[in-house]
Amino acid sequence: MDQFAVKVFVRLRPSVLDPAGEAAKSASIKLGAEGIKSLRIGKMIEVKIEGNGENEVREKIDLLCDRLFANTVIEDYEYSLEKL
Amino acid sequence: MDNFTVGVVVFPGSNCDRDVSWALEGCLDIRTKYLWHESSDLSDVDAIVLPGGFSYGDYLRCGAIARFSPLINALDEFVKSGKRVLGICNGFQILTESGFLPGALTANKNLNFICDDVELDIVSSKGGWFNNVDEKQTIKLPIAHGEGRYHCDSDTLKKLVDNELIALRYKNNPNGSSFDIAGITNEKGNVLGLMPHPERACDETIGGTDGLFTLKSLILK
Repeated sequence: MDQFAVKVFVRLRPSVLDPAGEAAKSASIKLGAEGIKSLRIGKMIEVKIEGNGENEVREKIDLLCDRLFANTVIEDYEYSLEKL
Repeated sequence: MDNFTVGVVVFPGSNCDRDVSWALEGCLDIRTKYLWHESSDLSDVDAIVLPGGFSYGDYLRCGAIARFSPLINALDEFVKSGKRVLGICNGFQILTESGFLPGALTANKNLNFICDDVELDIVSSKGGWFNNVDEKQTIKLPIAHGEGRYHCDSDTLKKLVDNELIALRYKNNPNGSSFDIAGITNEKGNVLGLMPHPERACDETIGGTDGLFTLKSLILK
């Protein structure tokens, strides 16, 4: 069995309004940060997972992303995978 | 109809289950039974309400974890049999997350948790959920949510409009919902999801009775 560290990034789709991102952008400007053109907030999920090779682990992570981690009606996801 | 029983689902974090039961039993004399979310036996209930609240603490997304409960798995067959399912607030979020209804509920545009009475236009009579509201085209119901902004892509919206699946629209959109949508049904009409709380509008002493007919229509065939 191989063990992998996976980082999943879940983001609201570009077409979906992100009010929390807008609020954070507004606060960033109040803080004095200049030049912020866009600020959007997503989630990062860290998973340690075992499997027989990278392909099998990718299948499991795809399932988790499609069915649980992201709601693909409003969110996109991508992930990176590192063998431990 | 004497033995007609409405199952009121209880998840960890549900908080409107007792209100729904009170409204059905106390105001409408309809028998109810609490259904713990780990149960998958729906054989002795004739309709189901998924009440409001914060199932599983709204972790990950509202309704995202509740969807994997044994009861929601069993709901597929129940819905296919034509029996009625009403999802209120968090119940609506669970119905979209689990694919019984299209679209998704996301954070309110102004990020506020909104507690208010809202006016709603009855758009479609699909499923008969609002048929008996004294010919009224507009009703007033309370809302209480932080993530009630209905979102769907343009193809889905067209389908909702073309097939008359939009049940309720806000008169003054409080949360930024697409097309002012407050509630939708499935194509068959036996599943209704809505953000407003009909169970909180069943007695004049608490501000109105416009919720009665929606709850009463749970007993329709």
